[in-house]
Amino acid sequence: MATVATCGSGAGSPGSMVAAGSKNNVTSFQRRGPKASGSDSSYSRLVSIPGTRPSVRNGQLLVSTGLPALDQLLGGGLAVGTVLLIEEDKYNIYSSLLFKYFLAEGIINGHTLLVASAKEDPADILQELPAPLLDDNGKKDFDEDMRNIKTSDSNIKMKIAWRYQLLPQMEAGPVSSSRFGHYYDASKKMPQELIEASKWHGFFSPEKSSSTLNIEPCSLTHGYIKLLQFIQNIIYEEGFDGSNPQRKQENILRIGIQNLGSPLWGDDVCCTENCDDSHSLTKFLYVLRGLLRTSLSACIITMPTHLIQNKAIIARVTNLSDTVVGLESFIGSDRETNPLYKDYHGLIHIRQIPRLNNLIYDVSNVKDLAFKLKRKLFTIETDLGYSSI
Amino acid sequence: MFPELNNLLNTTPDRAEQGKLTLLCDDNTDGSFLVHHFLSFYLKANCKVCFVALIQSFSHYNIVGQKLGVSLTAARECGQLVFLEGLKSSVDVFFRAQAEPHPLQFLREANTENLQPLYEFVREALKPMDDGETAWRCPVLLVDDLSVLLSLGAGAVAVLDFIHYCRATVCWERKGNIVALVHDSGDTEDEENNILLNGLSHQSHLILRAEGLATGFCKDVHGQLRILWRTPSQPTAQWDRSLTYQYKIQDKSVSFFAKGMSPAVL
Repeated sequence: MATVATCGSGAGSPGSMVAAGSKNNVTSFQRRGPKASGSDSSYSRLVSIPGTRPSVRNGQLLVSTGLPALDQLLGGGLAVGTVLLIEEDKYNIYSSLLFKYFLAEGIINGHTLLVASAKEDPADILQELPAPLLDDNGKKDFDEDMRNIKTSDSNIKMKIAWRYQLLPQMEAGPVSSSRFGHYYDASKKMPQELIEASKWHGFFSPEKSSSTLNIEPCSLTHGYIKLLQFIQNIIYEEGFDGSNPQRKQENILRIGIQNLGSPLWGDDVCCTENCDDSHSLTKFLYVLRGLLRTSLSACIITMPTHLIQNKAIIARVTNLSDTVVGLESFIGSDRETNPLYKDYHGLIHIRQIPRLNNLIYDVSNVKDLAFKLKRKLFTIETDLGYSSI
Repeated sequence: MFPELNNLLNTTPDRAEQGKLTLLCDDNTDGSFLVHHFLSFYLKANCKVCFVALIQSFSHYNIVGQKLGVSLTAARECGQLVFLEGLKSSVDVFFRAQAEPHPLQFLREANTENLQPLYEFVREALKPMDDGETAWRCPVLLVDDLSVLLSLGAGAVAVLDFIHYCRATVCWERKGNIVALVHDSGDTEDEENNILLNGLSHQSHLILRAEGLATGFCKDVHGQLRILWRTPSQPTAQWDRSLTYQYKIQDKSVSFFAKGMSPAVL
């Protein structure tokens, strides 16, 4: 069981990275519409990558997070080159589910995956991905559910005050012709052949402890330095940053980092208030974002922010990330018995959405959002009670 | 640049003041629209601009700048703009040992004592042209943003020293301006950030503070802008003039109105 499955011969160590990358600036921030002649071909090349679509607002290239309801809240999807930070719920149940949805979406779309974890072996994480709802049987059950929902919905519509009808209802069913964003069945596992057909790289922190370092020790934790080198290596070797003309890559690299900041990475930011390397996590995020901005990749990070005792670090981490979503589950809290929340499993807070290439951004007008996990669906709805079904 | 903001500040690109430190801060909202405003303002005012952009990539500022009427690529090519792209340079600095000192060298160090390489970069970028063929108006240093330096290992004192050195060179010696953005952490107790913010507030001539509304999110009013004119050299000479406006950010401009006078409400 290999933890690293790379293809092609890795030519050089990170130290020999060619500096020619600055010439062909592959950034994912392309403008939609007529452009100077040199970039027409690159724009059309980017649009044809499966599983991506340009944003309606500014032509930014987007990938799906694996959860169409969340895509809608984030303005269409996650922008390529950005970081999605998930603030974990207390028992890491729903955040790990979102993490898996993101990876499963990558497998369905044929993207390359990079899974990093300090707790579980990435191969095990991939075995537990939810199965996609692609077959006709699933769709038939789905349509039945949707029809039931729609009829009861139309009855309810008569009773609701007109004002509430103006607020959007999150999409709860599969859009018929979408290749962007799929639905997953949380109770079934992803078929083995799909996992084996996909290309993925795993980084399991305890197994990398004996590798040699090429850079001088700085204030970053050991685990973070190795992870950054690993990511940079993959990006360079597989050509996601466009610096190597022979290895032009027309695919997206989906990076998933689980439980960043937890003590298993060697970082004590969750253990004490005055930690030794208080800048370790923030420096890591900064360099990671630098790597992402110059390559065709998107990253999801789950972080146990409820354990971080120094609130200043949470604020700094939020400022250094692009999109931040917080999950708060009702398990064990007194909200579990609150009649307002009886249909839901938790609240979802959209804490930050980036303004990329723009002065404004798509922000949903509804701020009170709750989620619930049924067998086939992770739905996000407004929690004011009237649209619950 | 936003014409309405120019009216509020009572400036135009032709009559830009010199030797001033402007502090931008945001509290519970995103104040980056102010950075875009000043960037396009000083480029239109024909000043030489050194932009230390630590938080976003060049293409982001370029695309927004095109909406506001300036082209950063053209300015960079003709030498009016010196752009330090923090995100891209940090990758170079972190993974490869640099031969000569790099402005972001402190990323590799365990304890950052001072930001001298960054200051040297700024000084080199804004040094006056000896041949004098294209005389730019005055040098301007623009930093987006200073709070990131705290996250990257520099202490508040190191950042204050950096700004002090830059003020001595840019504002006093070369009669230029400095504009810097600092995030206000609000109720999270980020002591280093508070030290930095308070220290800079006392040194600045103009403070623009973008705050989120106290009552929460609103679709038509995105926040409140407080403008404070100060004279640091004579702290108790006169009352500092202050104005408060609410604003709404649109695709290519920002509209300002008096508190409670949003067009959506009237």
